[in-house]
Amino acid sequence: MSKSVHSLDDGFLALPLSALADAALARARALGAEHADFRLERVRSAALRLKDAKLAGSTDTTDLGYAVRVVHGGAWGFAAGVDLTMDAAARVAARAVAMAKLSARVIAAAGADERVELAPEPVHAEKTWISAYEVNPFDVPDADKTGLLTEWSERLLAAPGISHVDASLLAVQENKFYADTAGTSTTQQRVRMHPELTAVTVTDSGDFDSMRTLAPPAGRGWEYATGTGWDWDEELARIPGWLAEKLAAPSVEAGSYDLVVDPSNLWLTIHESVGHATELDRALGYEAAYAGTSFATFDQLGTLRYGSGLMNVTGDRTAEHGLASIGYDDEGVQAQSWDLVREGVLVGYQTDRRIAKLTGFDRSNGCAYADSPAHVPVQRMANVSLQPAPEGPTTEELIGEVERGIYVVGDRSWSIDMQRYNFQFTAQRFFRIENGRLAGQLKDVAYQATTTDFWGSMSAIGGPETYVLGGTFSCGKAQPGQSASVSHGCPSALFRNVNILNTTQEAGR
Amino acid sequence: MTRTTRTTEPHETVERALELSRADGCVVIADEESSANLRWAGNALTTNGETRGRTLTVIATVGGREGTASGVVSRAAVTADDLEPLVRAAEAAARESGPAQDARPLVEGVPHSADFAEPPAETSSDVFAAFAPALGESFARARAGGRQLYGFANHTLTSTYLGTSTGLRLRHDQPTGTLELNAKSPDRTKSAWAGRSTRDFTDVDPAELDAELAQRLAWAERTVELPAGRYETLLPPSAVADLLVYMFWSASGRDAHEGRTVFSKPGGGTRVGEKLAGLPLTLRSDPAEPGLESAPFVVAHASTDDWSVFDNGLPVGPTDWVREGTLQHLLTSRFTGDLTGLPVTPEADNLVLDGGGTKSLDEMVAGLGHDGPGLLLTCLWYIREVDPATLLLTGLTRDGVYLVEKGEVTGAVNNFRFNESPVDLLGRAAEAGATERTLPREWGDWFTRAAMPPVRVPDFNMSSVSQGV
Repeated sequence: MSKSVHSLDDGFLALPLSALADAALARARALGAEHADFRLERVRSAALRLKDAKLAGSTDTTDLGYAVRVVHGGAWGFAAGVDLTMDAAARVAARAVAMAKLSARVIAAAGADERVELAPEPVHAEKTWISAYEVNPFDVPDADKTGLLTEWSERLLAAPGISHVDASLLAVQENKFYADTAGTSTTQQRVRMHPELTAVTVTDSGDFDSMRTLAPPAGRGWEYATGTGWDWDEELARIPGWLAEKLAAPSVEAGSYDLVVDPSNLWLTIHESVGHATELDRALGYEAAYAGTSFATFDQLGTLRYGSGLMNVTGDRTAEHGLASIGYDDEGVQAQSWDLVREGVLVGYQTDRRIAKLTGFDRSNGCAYADSPAHVPVQRMANVSLQPAPEGPTTEELIGEVERGIYVVGDRSWSIDMQRYNFQFTAQRFFRIENGRLAGQLKDVAYQATTTDFWGSMSAIGGPETYVLGGTFSCGKAQPGQSASVSHGCPSALFRNVNILNTTQEAGR
Repeated sequence: MTRTTRTTEPHETVERALELSRADGCVVIADEESSANLRWAGNALTTNGETRGRTLTVIATVGGREGTASGVVSRAAVTADDLEPLVRAAEAAARESGPAQDARPLVEGVPHSADFAEPPAETSSDVFAAFAPALGESFARARAGGRQLYGFANHTLTSTYLGTSTGLRLRHDQPTGTLELNAKSPDRTKSAWAGRSTRDFTDVDPAELDAELAQRLAWAERTVELPAGRYETLLPPSAVADLLVYMFWSASGRDAHEGRTVFSKPGGGTRVGEKLAGLPLTLRSDPAEPGLESAPFVVAHASTDDWSVFDNGLPVGPTDWVREGTLQHLLTSRFTGDLTGLPVTPEADNLVLDGGGTKSLDEMVAGLGHDGPGLLLTCLWYIREVDPATLLLTGLTRDGVYLVEKGEVTGAVNNFRFNESPVDLLGRAAEAGATERTLPREWGDWFTRAAMPPVRVPDFNMSSVSQGV
């Protein structure tokens, strides 16, 4: 699965992983836990920020700790700690059992009888997995990173009309060790990166606007910043011209338009309207008070018409360079790939072991994830991706099918309701399409739709050469809040008769 | 809250790290965090947890020919053996960095905190000793009454120890508690929400909140479909807080000075001094605000647009951001204050809107809906910025939009997507009620300490109907 040439980090392997796990799991077992798992994580995150080519802030943060999760008396218990001694690990296990007992008392006071049970998973003993990257960004001197961002910023600042440039670089190395009472133990390592630049123009009259690079965050190493997987020179060269054109562009006339949506924008629409809507914990109501529920309720599995017959969406945790790709999830389940929407019909969900068991599935599809050692694993999003048409058209050919429409490029703002019906998105660039050709940019544009109407209006889908793996470093879910990275691949696609707003009119101007 | 003893106390760690420093300047921040939480869905507990965390942040500053550089390295679970490598890593990071544009002399002369050498405060699941059984009883009552309860209770206690090579020794204990209760009809077609911010869970009663939600679900027995449009709308304190917290976060002095925010003056400068609100509204922060206490000095783990690591320990005082309707201050560090010519006003971790009003939400409902339908909102959700020039925000209404006709709640209506700017809303607010403590629902993961009045707006822009419940 992984092409990485690296070995697991020596510093991580030098931690007393198995000894702490043994101490914790033994204590949990002795206290009567039906199931216990131990997870030790070290997550190193670096951030660099530049404003106008000058260093404005940097951090290098390493989170290290471990957690014990138990099922005891049919209730969950969870506790986390940081002291790396066997005594402390055993105490954390005892605290997790105590939390389970507190839960059991509340459940009893409520007169409820629901018990936590987990879907079975084969034992994966002493497995290792490392993501695919060439150069670990933490092996690159900070001076080189700052130097590259400075040089890129100066290039943009030197262009006519650019008033300010913000630049940032995020890099993460995540190491996880997992062991459970069934005998599974895994040790894994992932690397991810996100360089980003935003150019700002402020005109003499006080108008201002910005344009950002579209390079998505990726499960890659430092090579991503030096030309592997993205053409930075090309993008940086074009941004000043695009931004000048945008500032001079006419304001859109609100109404109904055909949209060709570029993968750089469509990934986020997929994330919000398909990715979150097919999380089975949400559909069942476990996120009802916070992230929300889903219109795609469980009783509609196999029958819900999600979109047009062209729509095929997969969930997977195996895509190379995917931000949600992993060997084994945070419950010891091996990474998988499966269908969520097939020919426009809802055919699958994302699950963890508890939810899979509760809904009658034989096995979890491996979507449990915790963003830190202090947080309990919850069902988090796989790489949810829209499949291209095998012989599908190019983006230019899709634009050629539109008489009056808009070509939407790059994500900007996004919002969707708590059942994933009503959404509104903006973009980095909106190009008018007239008689099959691009005819300059438009400004003040937002598109607003209902999920099934939007996907039902998809009348053509691009071929494999239009496919791009987009994504985000930080998607929020659960309480306490957790942040997860996830990728979404998609081709360009054509949608008919989508409602376009003029955002200046929306502001009452 | 209990006190614990441990082998190496945080203040000793801070002193030792400062002793190890070979840099020109050094700031050490030790954060000791404990938390306990309960989560529930469908009248049953789901997940829970009790956590302990320890993070040490070392900020080294190194002078050079072209200016002073800073290096910031944070590590969790630091032991005595990790200290020297951590300090050296921060120094190496400073030496590798170019000059920091926000470099200023480290802060001096702030009196020591009397409890600097005391052990950290801790929370645990004991904080729920009275609350948890009451919650279980609420589940039983809700089940009998045909309601399903969902929600989350969280208590976090962070003890922060800050020491600098310039002699500062400061400490702050920050308790943060939130309770969110959501009640739904069994078919989930009706939903109501209530939230509270608390320091210790002694002042929250799930039974009281459940009763409030039962009344709101009863209001929703009659449902009315309303189309998109502009409506006379009563925003409750939580919704007002969510809109103004976003505005507060958008009040960077530097960005405004650079011409790139709603607070920029066209042609140059900022809108400080400009009238934003017709009503005499005052938006302020104060670390000593009763019930909303927050750190009275700057704790900056990283430099950002409005924060500088060089300002660590700088006293934070009360600030009026908007005074009686006029924009008074924007967020600044010492660096961005110099850059913009604005006074230095670091942010406190709370926000209060005072309008001088005395009416409760119920009393304001009585004044609503006399010239066509009025809407009473519960809270807002998924708020995102559409246009920075106007600070146009979009988002959804959630968990109860109630129809008010001639001063009476007569039913519930569908949810809406809104497009509105909080800056414009300040200008269009027709009435503000009595200020009360509230939990900003959308931003509650990051910002919990707020006090706001209900606000009546004559023409709130409901852009489209949302089928979501």
